[in-house]
Amino acid sequence: MHIMEGYLPLIWCIFWYAVSAPFIVYGVWRLKKVVNEHPESKPMLAVAGAFAFVLSSLKMPSVTGSCSHPTGTGFGAIIFGPGITSVISIIVLLYQALLLAHGGITTLGANVFSMGIAGPFVAYLAYKTLRGIAGFNIAVFAAATLGDLATYVTTSIQLALAFPAPVGGIMRSFLGFSCIFAITQVPLALIEGLVTMLLLRYLLALKPDVFSAFHISDKSKLAEA
Amino acid sequence: MSELKKLSLIVALLIAIIMLLTAFVPGMIGLTPEWGGADAVAANKIGEMSDYKPWFSPLWEPPSGEIETLLFSLQAAIGAGIIGYIAGLYTGRKEKNRDQP
Repeated sequence: MHIMEGYLPLIWCIFWYAVSAPFIVYGVWRLKKVVNEHPESKPMLAVAGAFAFVLSSLKMPSVTGSCSHPTGTGFGAIIFGPGITSVISIIVLLYQALLLAHGGITTLGANVFSMGIAGPFVAYLAYKTLRGIAGFNIAVFAAATLGDLATYVTTSIQLALAFPAPVGGIMRSFLGFSCIFAITQVPLALIEGLVTMLLLRYLLALKPDVFSAFHISDKSKLAEA
Repeated sequence: MSELKKLSLIVALLIAIIMLLTAFVPGMIGLTPEWGGADAVAANKIGEMSDYKPWFSPLWEPPSGEIETLLFSLQAAIGAGIIGYIAGLYTGRKEKNRDQP
C-alpha cells in the first residue's frame, strides 16, 4: 500500500521527488550498462520486473485486520542491485497510480523512495551481509523479507514527517503509522521472502550460470550455490 | 530437482500456516477485521489527527470494483506470463543442452 494521491503536502511531494531523482538517474545509467554489457541478462531483467508486478498486485489480509500487498523488489535488488530495481519500481507504481488510483502522481516521488530505493537498498545490504554467514537460502529469504518491511517502515516515516502528532510529535505519529503499515506487513513480508527464495532457487536450478554473467557482488559464490 | 521439490513443499506449507494464523489473529486480539486497505486506514488516521484535506485526486479511477479487479488481475497476469515464459525458455534450453552433449 502506497501513500495515496494528494495525501502529502506539496512541499513533501517536491522533497521526495528531489531525493529520488538522483537514484533514478543512477538506476537508468546502470540499466543501460547492464543491457549493453550483458544482453543475455534481458530475460532476467524481465523476470525481476514481472515479479514486482505480480507481488504488488496481490492484496493480502493481515494480522491487523486490514489488507496490504508485498513489493516484489527484493528479487531485483539481489540480482541487479538497488539502482536498477528503483527503475523497475517506477513502472509498477505508475501502472497502479494511473490505472488503479492506487498510490498517486503527486506522491510518486515518496513512493519510489520507499518501494524503489529504501526497500531494495536494505534487501541488497542484507543479502551481501548474510550471504557468507547464513548461506544462500537464508540470505535471500532475509533480504526479501527485510526489504519489504523496510519499504513500509519508510512509508510510516514519510507520513510521520508530513503529519506529526499534535501531542508527541513525529515519533508518536511514526508509531501510529507503523501500526497501520509495518505491522500489517510482517506476515506479507515473510511470504515475500519465502517466494523470492523459491523463485531464485528454481531459476538457479534451470540455469546455474544465470547469475554469473551479471555484475553482482559475489559471482563466484553464487555460481556454486 | 528433488531438493527443489522439497523446498517448494516447505514454502507452500509455511505460507499456508502464515495465512491461517493471519485469518485468526485479529479475532483473538479483539479486533473486528474489516479487511480494508491499509492505505485507506492511514488516510482516515490523517483525517482524525489533523484537518488535512487531500489537495489532488487521482486523474482516473476505475469506475467500479469489478473494473478495478480486472486491472489488478491484468497486472498479475502480465507478470505471471512473463515469468512463466522465461522459466519455460530456460527449461527448453537446458533440455536441449542435455540432448546434445
